[in-house]
Amino acid sequence: MPLGTYKEALSARSTDKKILDVSQDGGIVSALLCYALDEGIIEGAVVAGTPDDDWRPIPTVVTSSDEVIAAAGTKYSMSPTLSALKEATRQYGLEKVGVVATPCQTQGLRKAQAYPFTRFVAEKIKLIIGIYCMENFPMASLDTFATAKLGFDSLQEATKMDIGKGKFWLTKDGEDSGLAIKETHGYEQAGCNICQDYVCEWADVSTGSVGSPDGWSTVLTRTDDGDSVFKAAVSAGLIETKPMDEVKPGLPLLEKLAKGKKDKNTAERERRAKMGVKIPALY
Amino acid sequence: MFDKLKKAFGGSSEEAPKVEEKVEAAPVEEKVEAAPAEETKAASSKPRIGYIHLSGCTGDAMSLTENYDILSTVLTDMIDIVYGQTLVDKWIHGTYAEEMPEMDLCLIEGSVCLQDEHSVHEILEARKKSGLICAFGSCALTGCFTTFARGGQQAQPKHESFLPISSLVKVDLALPGCPVAPEVIAKAVVALCEGDLDYLKPAMDWAACDKGCGCDVLTNVIRQGLCTGCGTCALACPTRAMGFSEGRPSCDRDRCIKCGSCYMMCPRSWLPVERIKKETGL
Repeated sequence: MPLGTYKEALSARSTDKKILDVSQDGGIVSALLCYALDEGIIEGAVVAGTPDDDWRPIPTVVTSSDEVIAAAGTKYSMSPTLSALKEATRQYGLEKVGVVATPCQTQGLRKAQAYPFTRFVAEKIKLIIGIYCMENFPMASLDTFATAKLGFDSLQEATKMDIGKGKFWLTKDGEDSGLAIKETHGYEQAGCNICQDYVCEWADVSTGSVGSPDGWSTVLTRTDDGDSVFKAAVSAGLIETKPMDEVKPGLPLLEKLAKGKKDKNTAERERRAKMGVKIPALY
Repeated sequence: MFDKLKKAFGGSSEEAPKVEEKVEAAPVEEKVEAAPAEETKAASSKPRIGYIHLSGCTGDAMSLTENYDILSTVLTDMIDIVYGQTLVDKWIHGTYAEEMPEMDLCLIEGSVCLQDEHSVHEILEARKKSGLICAFGSCALTGCFTTFARGGQQAQPKHESFLPISSLVKVDLALPGCPVAPEVIAKAVVALCEGDLDYLKPAMDWAACDKGCGCDVLTNVIRQGLCTGCGTCALACPTRAMGFSEGRPSCDRDRCIKCGSCYMMCPRSWLPVERIKKETGL
């Protein structure tokens, strides 16, 4: 099962124009967070924001729809988001916290729940919204894509960043410049090379663009909590959905990418183990 | 090790009289009287727990008692605390000078001060009397902040070297933390009583560890090309020694107390895959 355990797969999009104006794809993460905040399912969430608008992700605690929307959009560099859980539970005193997490961050969260070595944090994690992730880039790699490969004067000129249709895209003055994904290989962080999870298999609900048409997202609901929050947001009219078999390219592409990541990075794990360097011990 | 754990918690040959009374009084247990005598005996024997307080701040004992919601059940139905200065007022060097009782498990809080004859004697005695020794909290496991002790202070100026307990005795399992978190204590106690060895395996493997530091994340995760900058180590750090620079943790060693929590919690040091699948159903 390259997509992990899930209850339902749907193509979905936020119905809120305010969200769609700033969202990466279908605005599912923002719509779910806004809904969960409004309904009191969570009191706040930790997310990757870019308060300085410089593409550098900063772990951020959000407690309102406005703050969610201000932090919307994918960031393609590392955000130690879990560090902000401490701020959310201690400084903000939140009892019910949502987290927007990549697969590796979700592993950290689930481990912290299974072995709660940090007092009074794990029990407060009420919703994990997982985002599909193939790999992540150091800021210097993004700088290289912008300046050395796409001819920008600096990364700061870019007004939008995206990966899709086989390319890494930067937008400047309304014009999109694409860099073949192959050109980005070798610039990702090394830790990503042993990750076998593309679709955030341990989240409550996971989402990402792959499999759905432009402006839509593919959603996999996984746990009872994730499934009920998503369904409730749909019932409330905040999210519209389409069956996956009615959209192109559909689940086969998502499965292909998920399997590709598993195969490639399982081989890398084996290569490292054979060399005798460390890989995570699995229990 | 597994046999030892099973033996310790599956059926101790000696039973506390209190347990017998309780079982006899419980009508549900009466019904299963027909079962073979040995089986009944095994099922009704509660683990005998000791708690030794060496050079630590009592934070770990406080964490233990912070499990208010389950504590009464744990104490009355699941375990017997048979030894401990703070918890049951029994101490071999105190007013109630008596022999240390036999224990299935002895939790040890605090590092051991080499210049304190009482501590040294008590820990050596515990190793003889207890089936299992658990380094309970980071002071016992790694020395934690007592590592930085230098002596020259009242009331015992000579007390200067504080060692992880594994320096003197074999340790069977370890629960790090400064202090060890109430929730993980609760889960470990339940696992012990249920004989869930899978859950305790990481704690058993960790027993051999005698040092912990923010450096572990540097040498065993970052330097190994395993770090993804997820931020778990900063969440784990009780002193906020862990900052981030270019997506990588950066330990402020003046703040690091060497509790080992950051590396213990890192999803790239070890990952409890089976447990997570079981708990989440994923």
